[in-house]
Amino acid sequence: MTDKEKLLEKYSAKVYKNRKEHIVQLEETCETQSIAANTRAIPGVMTARGCCYAGCKGVVVGPLKDVCVITHGPIGCGFYSWGTRRNKAKPDEHTDKNFVPYCFSTDMQEPDIVFGGEKKLEKAIDEAMEIFDPKCIMICSTCPIGLIGDDVQAVARRAEEKYGIKAIGYSCEGYKGVSQSGGHHIANNGIMRYVIGTGDEAPKTKFSVNILGEYNIGGDGWEEERILKRCGIEVLNLFTGDASFESLKSAHLAHLNLVMCHRSINYIAEMMKTKYGIDWLKVNFIGVGATCKTLREIAKYFDDPDLTDRVEAVIADELSLIAEDMEYYKSRLSGKTAGIFSGGSRSHHYQVLLKELGMETVIAGYEFAHRDDYEGRDIIPQIKEDADNKNIESIKVEPDEAFYHQTYSKEQIAQFKEMGVEIDSYGGMIPEMNAGDVVVDDYNHFETDALLDSKKPDIFLSGIKDKYSIQKAGVSSRQIHSYDYSGPYAGFNGAVNFGRDVTMALYTNAWSLVIPPWKHEPMLVGRIGGGY
Amino acid sequence: MRQVAIYGKGGIGKSTTTQNLTAGLGEMGKKIMIVGCDPKADSTRLVLGGLAQKTVLDTLREEGEDIELDTVLKTGYAGIRGVESGGPEPGVGCAGRGIITSIGLLERLGAYEEDLDYVFYDVLGDVVCGGFAMPIREGKAQEIYIVCSGEMMALYAANNISKGISKYANTGGVRLGGLICNSRKVDGEAELVEAVAKEIGTQMIHFVPRDNAVQKAEINKKTVIDFSPDEPQADEYRTLARKIDGNDMFVVPKPMSIDRLEAILMEHGILD
Repeated sequence: MTDKEKLLEKYSAKVYKNRKEHIVQLEETCETQSIAANTRAIPGVMTARGCCYAGCKGVVVGPLKDVCVITHGPIGCGFYSWGTRRNKAKPDEHTDKNFVPYCFSTDMQEPDIVFGGEKKLEKAIDEAMEIFDPKCIMICSTCPIGLIGDDVQAVARRAEEKYGIKAIGYSCEGYKGVSQSGGHHIANNGIMRYVIGTGDEAPKTKFSVNILGEYNIGGDGWEEERILKRCGIEVLNLFTGDASFESLKSAHLAHLNLVMCHRSINYIAEMMKTKYGIDWLKVNFIGVGATCKTLREIAKYFDDPDLTDRVEAVIADELSLIAEDMEYYKSRLSGKTAGIFSGGSRSHHYQVLLKELGMETVIAGYEFAHRDDYEGRDIIPQIKEDADNKNIESIKVEPDEAFYHQTYSKEQIAQFKEMGVEIDSYGGMIPEMNAGDVVVDDYNHFETDALLDSKKPDIFLSGIKDKYSIQKAGVSSRQIHSYDYSGPYAGFNGAVNFGRDVTMALYTNAWSLVIPPWKHEPMLVGRIGGGY
Repeated sequence: MRQVAIYGKGGIGKSTTTQNLTAGLGEMGKKIMIVGCDPKADSTRLVLGGLAQKTVLDTLREEGEDIELDTVLKTGYAGIRGVESGGPEPGVGCAGRGIITSIGLLERLGAYEEDLDYVFYDVLGDVVCGGFAMPIREGKAQEIYIVCSGEMMALYAANNISKGISKYANTGGVRLGGLICNSRKVDGEAELVEAVAKEIGTQMIHFVPRDNAVQKAEINKKTVIDFSPDEPQADEYRTLARKIDGNDMFVVPKPMSIDRLEAILMEHGILD
């Protein structure tokens, strides 16, 4: 029986029919195998997914440090999305503000639900203005807001008139769409519509980039910035880790966009291409080799001999600094296996780093990826739109009259692609995996347990929801969303940190040393009926 | 204590009928409380003589949970007690949630005294959401009367409300006590409403004729029995009160398909 068959065996006919399309055991083939993705989770199945609000507030707009992001709703949603992503930020250079450590919520009570919460939201904005004086306020809606019909966009407009600031209301109620992916899209739309293009702070150099889909978890973005700066590449914005509203306004003046997390931010990458002509490169700073490849591709794109030389010099220097550490961790980790379940991009990124450490990824999957994240963007025209996708607004942009500027012609971009510089495209995760590996979309608790049992990975990289059940099964676990208080894991130094943390986890796997009671004591006690 | 909920299409005369009917029951010596479940808060105007009282939700909003029952519960004609749950202004917030909150609060405050003979819930319009079904959920109202007329949309609504009742009948024990026809002087009205009632499995408990006395009493902020006790219309309400007091036909309604309902309407309404 294959691993896939084992996974599906226990399901009822109806669940089986649904889940079999979301589980692929890779075969020896030149074709990219297809997978079902971005569809509703089955009710009752313990999915690892989050909600639309989590995608909008938790992931994309939450990290904006000079923006007062107000969660409009009862307190739970605001509280549990407070600081849990570990997106680090320093005070903004323009305003010296940093609201990331704060949690703003309207804390709606029963009377606010009954009588409507707009007044309370307006009061919250007044308070925020008085105490924090932000230049921008964003309002993120939780489920009840959609049910009672509070008009957060109208409240935002009134706040703009009253205070002369930028205010954006997001209808990102948790129940919208099939996962947090819808929330990313909604947040992308807002940032594109109201923020990017409203500033005029020009880059200081001729090699300026934005890193899209970099949320600075554990300081990843700072390590990437450090390396790029050494090479002479100016990072204008991280989207949206350690990012500021003030700076994002001028993001459209960058020379190139780099895309880390494809899933959460490809909308902005594509819209900036259409509106401002800025090319985007799918990059990966997770892994030493991946980082080198990324730096070289950027150098190729800018096509400047001095830059290319600097990049090579930086690579040589950085490699020499970490070579010994990486060699050591590789010696400790070689031959080990891993499973990775992340949101919509990391499962691909981390396979590269694991491979460098001598480890093989035998299970991989995403919570909320779309088919293009698995199979590559070429599949996009074939993705069937359904009612759930259509429910999330997709905005159209036109070339900007003042700022549209194309760096390269179509022919030149085609030439770049021949040279291996993948401009405006992404090949997906599946083509880089091996036959026999199992790819699971929208994985759930049961499937995680079953995969641990059948593939027996040495370490499982996922999130807080399944971390403890994995550990209780005696398997090492590291959180690949938040890095368990560690990081950065990106770039050269990050690779060493990751090697250290994985080694620690594997060689101090306390849970595997504990014999749980159910291994040596009967769980059911009974006696034979009749006699005493 | 009998707990009764009155439902029916918007504007059909639920509040008017409820108050005139309770006036009749009051005259018989029954102890009654009316709980208005409509954000407009006009369910107790006639028994309380137009007294603009504070609603439960307004009080809750302004004074918090620490509410005295006296601020929201007033006594009017024939000792009938009236309370209005109130709610948000149109287009804002969630009126359904408001009713749930309000009824819960009234219970905690001890509004449901042991010596009450009747509690009447006068509920806004159709059963649009869970909140408006609150009076028939969780073991509150056991019997329901639907106010309707011979007009098509009123019977549509009656059939729809029956769907809501049958949904809760199995779990909550709520039963339909009958249709009250509040006449609009449609041709063959009584026969039509009787036919629909029979099809749903219930009865037309009373046919209340249309009479200007109702309008006159309303303008004077009174029920007919209170304002003009000798009018024939006052006797109609007394009869309705007696019929409800003596009613023993409580059913789980069998709502019709729309096709069947339309067929009955054709039979009684148009083809004459």
